[in-house]
Amino acid sequence: MTRESEVARTETRTVARLGALYRSYGYAQYKMSKFEEYELYVRNKDFLVSNQIITFTDNGRLMALKPDVTLSIIRNGEEAQKVYYNEHVYRVPKGGAGFREMLQVGLECMGEIDAFRTYEVLMLAAESLAVLAEDFVLDISHMGVVCAALDAAALSPAGRAAVLRAVADKSLQTVAAVCASEGVCAETAALLRALVTDCGAPADVLPRWRAALPEGEARRAVDELAATALALVERYGARIRIDFSVLNDMGYYNGIVFKGFVNGVPASVLSGGRYDTLMRKMGKRAGAIGFAVYMDELARLTDVPPVYDVDTVLLYDETADLAALRAAVEALVAEGVSVSAERAVPEKRTYRRLMRLVGEGVETIEDRA
Amino acid sequence: MKTVLNVALPKGRLGEKVLAMFEKAGYPCPSIHESNRKLIFENEECGVRYFWVKPSDVAIYVERGAADIGVAGKDILLEYGPDVYELLDLDIGKCRMAVAAKNDFRDDPRRTLRVATKFSRIAADFYAKKGRDIDIIHLNGSIELAPILDLSDVIVDIVETGTTLKENDLSVVETVVPISARLIANKASYKFKGEAIAAIAENLKQQTEATT
Repeated sequence: MTRESEVARTETRTVARLGALYRSYGYAQYKMSKFEEYELYVRNKDFLVSNQIITFTDNGRLMALKPDVTLSIIRNGEEAQKVYYNEHVYRVPKGGAGFREMLQVGLECMGEIDAFRTYEVLMLAAESLAVLAEDFVLDISHMGVVCAALDAAALSPAGRAAVLRAVADKSLQTVAAVCASEGVCAETAALLRALVTDCGAPADVLPRWRAALPEGEARRAVDELAATALALVERYGARIRIDFSVLNDMGYYNGIVFKGFVNGVPASVLSGGRYDTLMRKMGKRAGAIGFAVYMDELARLTDVPPVYDVDTVLLYDETADLAALRAAVEALVAEGVSVSAERAVPEKRTYRRLMRLVGEGVETIEDRA
Repeated sequence: MKTVLNVALPKGRLGEKVLAMFEKAGYPCPSIHESNRKLIFENEECGVRYFWVKPSDVAIYVERGAADIGVAGKDILLEYGPDVYELLDLDIGKCRMAVAAKNDFRDDPRRTLRVATKFSRIAADFYAKKGRDIDIIHLNGSIELAPILDLSDVIVDIVETGTTLKENDLSVVETVVPISARLIANKASYKFKGEAIAAIAENLKQQTEATT
């Protein structure tokens, strides 16, 4: 088996397992076209990972190869639905040069989003990570908590953007520097610094946040985060962490946001959150929460056995009997191995076993198994 | 098994300083001081593996997980915007990104400003915030030549002492952003080797605070 087919097989298996997982919780598969009208992405370009899009015209309409799936589901789907998808998207990866076709698997829950549905979507996110690898971490944050801390500081728009960026970067010194330059009081500055430092196990972290934030919306955000995170901890233990550096665009996301990592892959492989704000922007009244799993990074996790271009090379010379050679090749093929009959050892192809036709039989010269 | 941290160090004077800080923090690696052509230096006992890379490549090694942590200049982080955690300002390798021009330069707002630079993104962001129309001329070195030969009106480049500028009748017009070396970490490594990374970061922080 070649490396490509082994990786592809693992990918197909993973996609099938994820699909089965989502179906067992009542999610239906959503299939869609590879194209969308370009206009959909122009209006929501900040929602996309990259704003580069492949476009073409179709009877005067400007079309795009879809760089994202969620926007299509919101626009074309029902107001209330539980769907999952596995689709190819076309985009320039962050830090990469040039377009790539990438397989993305994901899930969207739209409609009335209550505590149970929120829990269930995050549980399915954690369960998806468990399908990918044994060792995983699900980092959870809440845009409401981050916003409450920022609101308390009453920063200038530039200062607010700088602090948000610094929280995402875990740059404590930048947070402190912005607070100092904007004259933020000591108590509020400590609150903003805590967005960087006070992360970890939900049971340790969240009581402190509950005490630090004022009653009202901020407190409700902490309570929502706590209810979901603590329920997940019961099932996944230390793999569930609170981390406020998980920040999705505030113009689209409003509640719980999360990112998943698996050991052995250098970037996050799962990303999601509550995106009622995006739904409003697209004229939908329902709430929504969902996530995407980025399959392209996962090829690294596949254990690939040594790979040969062909299993067996069978050598013969000009004296070989045609019938004997034919029979020998057919016999090896019937064993289920790939065979290449050659006059000489091929220079550029790799093989597991080297055999030679001797009279009517074959003898093994070399076996690398 | 002890966790081994892969550390990307920037080649050059800054890298030597950084290595000294890591050694002082309790992560020495005697083999790195031997003169040979090895590329990777490991101290299993301390759980570190160092390698020297071109300073502008450190962020790529860290972002893609070949290194768990590394030290990169803020200029590189601003220019390439890698998806990494920026854990600590090491307060070394200090300089500034600045706009410089010939001593007699006067900006004419009616004309597009020609800007020569190695840092296209930083320059574009800086002038976009001012709403100034510019023409970026991307160069890979000897940036100071550009205004002298009238290839550009100004340059955006790193200024340390200002000696090169002075000797060529150039001067700083304004500072874009102060620059220093930063400890950066791969986001996934931070999840799975977080304790080891936090221990190094904390020790380096104490060293930084002790010198300031």
